[in-house]
Amino acid sequence: MMLASTLGPTPYLVLGAVLFTVGAVGLLVRRNPLVMFMCIELMLNATNLTFVTFARQLDDVGGQVIVFFVLVVAAAEVVIGLGIIVGILRRRPGATADDLRLMKG
Amino acid sequence: MTSLLFAQLGTPHRIQTPSVAWSGLLPVLVLLGGAVVLMVVGALLPRRSRHSWHLWLTLLIAAGSIGCAVPLWFRVRDHGPLSILRDAVRVDGLALFLGIVIVVGVMLAALLTDGYLRREELEGPEPYVLLMLSATGGLLMASANDLIVMFLGLEILSLAVYVLAGLHVRRLRSGEAAMKYFVLGGFSSAFFLYGIALAYGATGSTNLTDIQRFLATNTLTNNGLLLASFALLLVGFGFKVAAAPFHSWAPDVYEGSPSPVVSFMASAVKAAAFAGLIRVFVYAFALDRHDWQPIVYVVAVLTLLVGSVLAVVQTNVKRMLAYSSINHAGFVLVGVQAASDRGVRSALFYLATYTFMVAGSFGVVTIVGRRGDNRHQLDDYKGLARTEPLLAFAFLVFLLAQAGVPFTSGLWAKFYVIGAAVEARSFWLALVAMLSTVISAFLYLRIVLAMYGGADEADEAAPAVPRLRIPFAARIALVVSVVATIGFGLVPGPLTHASKTAVPKIAAGK
Repeated sequence: MMLASTLGPTPYLVLGAVLFTVGAVGLLVRRNPLVMFMCIELMLNATNLTFVTFARQLDDVGGQVIVFFVLVVAAAEVVIGLGIIVGILRRRPGATADDLRLMKG
Repeated sequence: MTSLLFAQLGTPHRIQTPSVAWSGLLPVLVLLGGAVVLMVVGALLPRRSRHSWHLWLTLLIAAGSIGCAVPLWFRVRDHGPLSILRDAVRVDGLALFLGIVIVVGVMLAALLTDGYLRREELEGPEPYVLLMLSATGGLLMASANDLIVMFLGLEILSLAVYVLAGLHVRRLRSGEAAMKYFVLGGFSSAFFLYGIALAYGATGSTNLTDIQRFLATNTLTNNGLLLASFALLLVGFGFKVAAAPFHSWAPDVYEGSPSPVVSFMASAVKAAAFAGLIRVFVYAFALDRHDWQPIVYVVAVLTLLVGSVLAVVQTNVKRMLAYSSINHAGFVLVGVQAASDRGVRSALFYLATYTFMVAGSFGVVTIVGRRGDNRHQLDDYKGLARTEPLLAFAFLVFLLAQAGVPFTSGLWAKFYVIGAAVEARSFWLALVAMLSTVISAFLYLRIVLAMYGGADEADEAAPAVPRLRIPFAARIALVVSVVATIGFGLVPGPLTHASKTAVPKIAAGK
């Protein structure tokens, strides 16, 4: 808490931006569907950090509440995403994103 | 200890909860409740039956939702928009107009789904449930007046469609399409959410009315945060409407997904995403239109060109239609770019008429795809006019409408959009739009030529190909789409009038 007041919001915002970038780049670079999926989660959580930082800066509880919504959405995405991945792996064990190339694109 | 606790509880400490005007949410609630009922009833009854009661129940629920929306439409028209849940949801003409378009998209997709499921020996009420749940998200998105509600609507919409893309469990391409759509959709949602976070940081609120008021009363000394949020939000919307340069998923996902689902993706999902785009950019960021208009301008030009030029080199009809749907998204963007009453009106008209054209087109594709949903090459359409003259005629109508030929709704849609662009003095954009029409007309004529020409080669190939079966429900969808496409082409008045009524007021410029 002490740290937060002395540092100001900027480092947290920068950290959020860095994490978001790591997630975005990771998604484009990594080929394992599960890791790509984790990168999306990283991006969402970087956004959460940004929301909380702004909420504190603006002294507004709204931004903190948004985080709960985002967490619920992320959880729902996990369910759907793992369902799709399991559906593919059951038909084709050990598939990576490079194997998904029946359609050019 | 206990007494202390009770003493504290004893003092009446009421939490103020906002009153909810449930009647305004009825179209959404009917769809949501209907989906749950269908799911439960579907679990109790035999999964496969001779009667397509899943379909009829879906149509009934969708009709009920439209039935709730129509009285609201007149109420909103006469008494102004309804603001629900502390202005987080706003039911106005725009929300109801596009809401009805989305539900019509559900009905057409459901009609196509019935025959598809029987042919592919898939079963169960789940596709219909997912269609309705997805539409719930779309309706919520169209009426959202808060960026977080819009995000939730977007996610409800998208999550259901990811599953629908992977509906055909035995078809590897379907799973691949679902995976690609899911990863890129999640990627774009994260961008969208980061855009919301930055907009929240820049303006101090996620409510669109508050944002607009803040931007009208304050001048930002450093608007870098706001500009970054514009860009990120546009990336999010751009992915959902398949605008270039965020279109790369569309051809693959369209090719791999079950064809009835594609009709839903191209109609309802696009309509919902454009509803969000219009609400956020044209209305909430109305005063900063000089900052975002150039970006949308460039995106629209790219989308129009990519959609028309790359479509021409395809040989797979489903991919051609995917690129043509990118081109159509470009046209709607031309209307959005104008950022005027007339622009929004033309975008609404375009989305409404396009729903029928695209649902009909993919209806034909569903039928011609035959068992396995794999016959989508241009050669598979050779001689269609001879074997199935009525089906070929329906496809002809949809293709000509997409090309913007007179006596179809497509002409008026394109005419209004280009008119709005000219009024906004975007002459070059209007010119590019017309040029892309010419290029994509070539593509549509290629399919038409394949259907009506090439009969001699088809004679030899004919015995190998099983005869087409056109299910009764799909027939209804095709007839409705043809009637709507030609009907709105001959008499565009009612729809033009409705889209005029639907447009809310835009905040005056700086």
